[in-house]
Amino acid sequence: MRLTEGAAGARILAFGGYQPARVVTNDELAASVDTSDEWIRSRVGIASRRIAGPDETVADMAVAAGGKALAASGLSPGDIDLVIVATCTPEVQIPNTAAQVARRLGINAPGAYDMNAACAGFCYALASASDAVRTGTAGNVLLIGAEKLSQWIDWTDRSTCIIFADGAGAVVVGPVTDPAEAGIGPVVWGSAGDMADKIYIPDRNGFIIQEGQAVFRWATTALHPVAKKACQRAGVDPADLAAFVPHQANLRIVEAIARRLGAPQALVADDIVTAGNTSSASIPLALSRMLERGEIPSGAPVLLLGFGAGICYAGQVITVP
Amino acid sequence: MAMTDQEILEGLGEIIDEVAGVPADQVTPDKTFVDDLDIDSLSMVEIAVAAQDKFGVEIPDDQLKDLKTVQDVIDYVRRSSVSA
Repeated sequence: MRLTEGAAGARILAFGGYQPARVVTNDELAASVDTSDEWIRSRVGIASRRIAGPDETVADMAVAAGGKALAASGLSPGDIDLVIVATCTPEVQIPNTAAQVARRLGINAPGAYDMNAACAGFCYALASASDAVRTGTAGNVLLIGAEKLSQWIDWTDRSTCIIFADGAGAVVVGPVTDPAEAGIGPVVWGSAGDMADKIYIPDRNGFIIQEGQAVFRWATTALHPVAKKACQRAGVDPADLAAFVPHQANLRIVEAIARRLGAPQALVADDIVTAGNTSSASIPLALSRMLERGEIPSGAPVLLLGFGAGICYAGQVITVP
Repeated sequence: MAMTDQEILEGLGEIIDEVAGVPADQVTPDKTFVDDLDIDSLSMVEIAVAAQDKFGVEIPDDQLKDLKTVQDVIDYVRRSSVSA
């Protein structure tokens, strides 16, 4: 049997992000549930978040972010042969989101699948996209993290409605011929199914339930070794990282992991302040905004770290386009 | 090796200074975490984690919620380190 011939490595060619138009402030939430701007800012670090319109779907947001990444990559839709949508909040389970998104972007008959690793989804999917390019299963991959968490939130539950939000972020992953130009490092991933009941939706009519304190303890103790290992496997010293972009779960989790990572030069993403927690969208959305603002030089090493429900987690070092 | 209350208090003061930015000299046995030291539930988790590293005593979440004062933590650490 013949086997595919892959590329020497893969790298991210371009980013794109999309946020819904509607801004929901802490004061707006405090009008309907027992909370306050000060409480939300001090506990989770969020000042405002974006919430999708009632008719705006996960696929709509994925198309918006994916279209931007595709345009920025300089590739045409015909160059893409795999579309992955990382999401845990599709409107329906059948059909998947990725095939519709591909069709709407004019990408003809690519491989198309959704991936659910919740808030770790983007990093899981990035590892899969990189592997697909390296094995020759795909030439160029469009990967989008897109979430409409607002439709899975009990808006009377003050412990969750202040945190979760909507949005999308996308990347185009393509091949390199020289391994030295590879820009997606080895993934360090894992799961802890024994903690499945810490973040969950009880049934198909239910809403997200989170045991905040248990998740906080886990995130602030279990993840910095994963982050360090991802650096080690990529051969990058944390001290040389230009940025650290963890999932934007809670600013205090982000800061606690950053402290333990020991990367004093790294710009630490704080996109949660104005984006909220957008699960699998948060990492590419944060990075697309940091790159738009010119905060990270081209080619610089950046550590990504996704983590959340499952429990699932994954981290890898990338170089930015 | 058993720790004295004073040793635990000093260690706890260092932890609380680092986690919550409360100067160690304000951390006295009679202080309550929430009302006197303005420490919230997430900082309490960070304190519990740091206490585990420093004293080798695990403070699970269901025990943590009952520890209201600095003295409560000192007693917990002393009891647990003796039984360990």
